Amino acid sequence: MHAGAGDVGQSPADHGLGTLTASVANIFAVPAVSLACVLLWLDRNLQTQFFGIEGGGHPLLWQHLFWMFGHPWVYALVLPAMGIVSDALPVFCRRPLVGYTAVVLGTVGTMLLGFGVWLHHMFATGLPPLALSFFGAASMIIAVPSAIAVFAWIATIYTGRPVFKTPFLFFAGFVVLFVIGGVSGFMTGAVPLDWQLTDTYFVVAHLHYVLLGINVFPVIGGLYFWFPKMTGRMLNERLGKWNFWTMFIGFNVAFFPMHIAGLMGMPRRIYTYSDYLGLDTVNLITSIGAFVFAIGVVLFAINVLRSLRNGERAGNNPWDAPTLEWSVSSPPPPYNFLTIPIVASRHPLWEDRLPENENGGRSQLHSDVVLDEGRETIATSVLDADPDAVLKMPEDSMLPFWFALILAVLFFALLGHLWWLALLACAGSIASTVIWLQPRTAGAGAKLRGDENAG
Amino acid sequence: MPDSAAAIQRLPVAPQNARASGWWGMVMLIVTEGALFAYLLFSYYYLAAQTPRRWPPDGPLPLGIAFGNTALLLISSVAVIFAERALEKSQRKTFLAWQAFAVVLGTVFVGVQLSEWRTKPFTASSHAFGSLYYVITGFHMAHVAVGLFFLGAVWLWTRRGTYDARQHLGVTVSGYYWHFVDLVWLAVFFSLYIYPRML
Repeated sequence: MHAGAGDVGQSPADHGLGTLTASVANIFAVPAVSLACVLLWLDRNLQTQFFGIEGGGHPLLWQHLFWMFGHPWVYALVLPAMGIVSDALPVFCRRPLVGYTAVVLGTVGTMLLGFGVWLHHMFATGLPPLALSFFGAASMIIAVPSAIAVFAWIATIYTGRPVFKTPFLFFAGFVVLFVIGGVSGFMTGAVPLDWQLTDTYFVVAHLHYVLLGINVFPVIGGLYFWFPKMTGRMLNERLGKWNFWTMFIGFNVAFFPMHIAGLMGMPRRIYTYSDYLGLDTVNLITSIGAFVFAIGVVLFAINVLRSLRNGERAGNNPWDAPTLEWSVSSPPPPYNFLTIPIVASRHPLWEDRLPENENGGRSQLHSDVVLDEGRETIATSVLDADPDAVLKMPEDSMLPFWFALILAVLFFALLGHLWWLALLACAGSIASTVIWLQPRTAGAGAKLRGDENAG
Repeated sequence: MPDSAAAIQRLPVAPQNARASGWWGMVMLIVTEGALFAYLLFSYYYLAAQTPRRWPPDGPLPLGIAFGNTALLLISSVAVIFAERALEKSQRKTFLAWQAFAVVLGTVFVGVQLSEWRTKPFTASSHAFGSLYYVITGFHMAHVAVGLFFLGAVWLWTRRGTYDARQHLGVTVSGYYWHFVDLVWLAVFFSLYIYPRML
């Protein structure tokens, strides 16, 4: 694993870990939906019989394949965002994250369980009771690892000295939305209740609390946090507070009433509703909330555009944060670190004020290790980040871009039945892969850096 | 960690083993393609379990040629193993011969498979089994074709001298891919040809 820009010596930051977990999950989950799309294309264009009852296919096969991807994907989407909070929230609580190890295990545990709950999207499709019970139970158990993270964040705020800057507000707001979205998810894990709620606005409320609450709020908080590092300028704090409160209030005014609309029986996926259903008031409230929320998003855009030009200069470490990226200039130099930092704890910039350092060592921000022979990085062991090898990374190349473009042409050709173009694109993708994989360093095997220095 | 800097100075550069990016790239490719075939076979068994009719509707597939073809693929995997062993002992000519043998067997496999397609009494649009049969074997055949490209490219690069006893990560990982294609075939063969006879 390549932690940061070659930081060596300690467990990875939680955001990196969340991203790694999500990436591994994607490797397993994405083929399901790719396959579902290919099979659907075949059914529609080459008259295969996967999803039609007449030829012995089954429409539920689509739902299975879609949700085998779709449910793990929800976690792949939220885990990196949860990692942002686990990394950045503690900075504004002026203390390390409570229960780092438990949060990490919770992250990985959530992802693993996330592969065993897809059927809870299909409770109302007429499945056998055994399947309903198993997947209902699994869907409730998944609340445990998520709750570990929630309690860790709350404990971090409670035992810390919170600084109420805009990023903190977004992260704390996220915790509230996460709990609401989590509880409504837990509720729909109960099969009888789910039968009542399936295809109602309750589910729409739940999925917005989960996807916007758990993803968009941490990401915007993360942008407030890292914007100074990216651009060298702070986002405006006053506008930021307005930004947060309009988004937070607008979000809840828009989406909370949807729970009620759903309980009242308002179906989803239907654009309108009858005058006589008594749904007018909740929908009016939702509409007002949606406009307030939209204003909040616009405020964010204004803040970004204004601060890019006129924002206060940030300096290296405007938040007094503990991690490596804050030890270099804002924005960072293209090479990130002049020398490879050697890291002895998860909080290299706080080491002199934390009471105890896990293994007693001190991080060296300016070691004498330089990787300056082309694109190189250090490979480390996964858990302890001990240096393992010096890896050669690919040089600048247009090939991946051409490859992606050729793939786009391939799918365009398949949709348009341009078979000759599809064949051409296949040949092109094979050619670009072969050129990309062509070994570059003829004859040069593994060597020791020491040997090289001696020679 | 005062001795870290010194330790890093002595790290192997561009390792040719399980720490290399190329090794991880191939392993991840195999994992995700393995998942793809798992979902394909899930679709197969799901539709087999849900159908009220006979599975397959036209009765089980004949085994004869498919058995022979399976053997071809297994032998080609063994040939790839012998090839890499030879290269490790710097016997380049032996490597080239075994690798070429594997490529020929793989090509014959594709040819036999295509001729099998022509003899089937059903098409991909006849019924769900037909769709599954052609799509699963088609997906597998596409993977065989990619594997042949891999093995062929590695053959060329070894003949050119790019790969030798010391550096042949490409040989190793293209071997992994070929064995993977082989294992997938065993699962496909069992599911399409043997499983219906057990019903």
